[in-house]
Amino acid sequence: MSELPYNLPDRSGHFGRFGGSFVAETLVPALAELTAAYAAAKQDPAFRAEFEYDLEHYVGRPSPIYHAKRWSALLGGAQIYLKREDLNHTGAHKVNNCIGQAILARRMGKPRVIAETGAGQHGVATATVAARYGMECVVYMGSEDIRRQAANVYRMKLLGATVVPVESGSKTLKDALNEAMRDWVSNVANTFYIIGTVAGPHPYPMMVRDFQSVIGTECRTQMPAVAGRQPDAVIACVGGGSNAMGIFYPYIDVPGVHLIGVEAAGHGLETGRHAAPLTTNSPVGVLHGNRTYLMQDEHGQIIETHSISAGLDYPGVGPEHAWLKDSGRAEYVAVTDEEALAAFHALCRFEGIIPALESAHALAYAAKLAPTLSRDKLLLVNLSGRGDKDMHTVTEQSGMVF
Amino acid sequence: MSRIRKTFEQLKAQNRCALIPFITAGDPDGELTLPLLRALVEGGADIIELGVPFSDPMADGPTIQRASERALKNGMNLRGVLAIVRRFRTEDTVTPIVLMGYANPLEAYGSDFAIDAAAAGVDGVLTVDYPPEECVEFAAGLRRAGIDPIFLLAPTSIERRFGEVAAAGSGYIYYVSLTGVTGAGQVDYAEVARRIPEIRRKVGMPVGVGFGIRDAASAAKIAVIADAVVIGSRIIEEIENSPRAEATLRVTAFLRGIRAAIDEVSR
Repeated sequence: MSELPYNLPDRSGHFGRFGGSFVAETLVPALAELTAAYAAAKQDPAFRAEFEYDLEHYVGRPSPIYHAKRWSALLGGAQIYLKREDLNHTGAHKVNNCIGQAILARRMGKPRVIAETGAGQHGVATATVAARYGMECVVYMGSEDIRRQAANVYRMKLLGATVVPVESGSKTLKDALNEAMRDWVSNVANTFYIIGTVAGPHPYPMMVRDFQSVIGTECRTQMPAVAGRQPDAVIACVGGGSNAMGIFYPYIDVPGVHLIGVEAAGHGLETGRHAAPLTTNSPVGVLHGNRTYLMQDEHGQIIETHSISAGLDYPGVGPEHAWLKDSGRAEYVAVTDEEALAAFHALCRFEGIIPALESAHALAYAAKLAPTLSRDKLLLVNLSGRGDKDMHTVTEQSGMVF
Repeated sequence: MSRIRKTFEQLKAQNRCALIPFITAGDPDGELTLPLLRALVEGGADIIELGVPFSDPMADGPTIQRASERALKNGMNLRGVLAIVRRFRTEDTVTPIVLMGYANPLEAYGSDFAIDAAAAGVDGVLTVDYPPEECVEFAAGLRRAGIDPIFLLAPTSIERRFGEVAAAGSGYIYYVSLTGVTGAGQVDYAEVARRIPEIRRKVGMPVGVGFGIRDAASAAKIAVIADAVVIGSRIIEEIENSPRAEATLRVTAFLRGIRAAIDEVSR
């Protein structure tokens, strides 16, 4: 990297030409208030101490790095290391960010939190922290996703959250986000919107990245201890891109570490049925409060995406990823549903770890890359979540009934 | 002088409040939009806000979302909207048309948008998710083409905001009467009455009020306070609930009721 140190976004939330704050006027003051509150919290040792305490004692951090020796040997090339976010409380990286935002919500005196969710992981994490901090919680979820992720819906209800099915548009993550925005516009005085990914208007992409960067920060300390040095490449799946930003960010300034984001190629990039705006070089546009690469038709209407994993089924991508792509600091690739499923099964059988289908995309690319590299190369894969929630989808794919 | 400014000056001379109805282009279908525009004029519209449908209308309530979905299903797009305005202009050179929509379809259209819109006869553009600081070049392009960039103010807006929208916008200010989506909830008239004179003084433009105005009574209450009454979701409902052949007549009749109520109380 030529431009050290890395200090994006700028004051108005832009990563080069990406990001920003594209919202209706009603939300402009709320975002200004949030930006100020977050800036103050970030400087406050008490806030940081509380965040770190809960990450350690409630989430179970630091999450370990595990050398997948058997799988690496079978692939016959580079050594694959897994950052075990799947071992976190609630089963994925999402909870890191939710704890940060919930503590911030409490500081701001907002007793009600809302969230959008795709796979249900962010919804579960939000419902969890809302229970933990005694807040009212409403989660918006596309009715198509509710069907695909029934177990997570029940989990949220157990935790005391209200799950609102969203019937508009494609009935998936993007529509849940629209509906959550509408709730926030209507209840902005008492409500904190916990966005689950590095998208949305400023300061969300920055704030979510900062909370998730605990992942990469730990890796920088752990890799020398576990593997003797920093990795040659860091690989993470990208839907909105929060687990990827979390592990990439602390490595942006580290020369020689290749950053690879893996998008969902769905049925195949050539079919058009995918969720890979970066890999396919989709046009740049404005959705959900920020400017980024967006899957859209020639008239600027957002098109329906497809991925076997609900968490990657999103037409946009966090603006910082758009910037990292343009700057060349990170590379973006895509793997199909089928490749992700194969990696899912491989990790189950050879390492005894059931990964989330989202994370299986990162694993699938590692499985492609590893055999092309020598045995002394090190690949660090963010295993962003566990696959218990995906039993239904996987059995369905295998032609079985759960 | 812009058509919008002229309209407000004439109304002011007559001591009347402007009536600004909203419909979504292409709802229920592209063929009916032009007759509906005529029906709105017939019903007493001074300015018309014409919605450009978008797949993800984040600031809109269920009624306008449905209108947007129907319009997109029928293949409406921004080029189609401009074609409708062009046809409308061949028969009506007086009634200002303001396009209202979201940033992405405008950006996808490309840099010719302002020039093409002006040539079609568009007078103003209100982009819901373009706050002034994110659309400096776009707003400048509109002004160069002779189109008024119209901005929103909300109950949550802080005072500094008044100056910012005054500098970036022209034509009129659209004051959102409640914190919520289009068509929702209850309007706090006392609060609106308190804010409008202050906003008008600080922005130096007429102030229209919309979101949550549903009938003659609520329109009349706003008419004593504001320079324009904007009414949208309720008209869409009228279209939704009419047999296609009756939609224009029902819209005209509905709007006439509003018009009468407004004129009754005009300042």
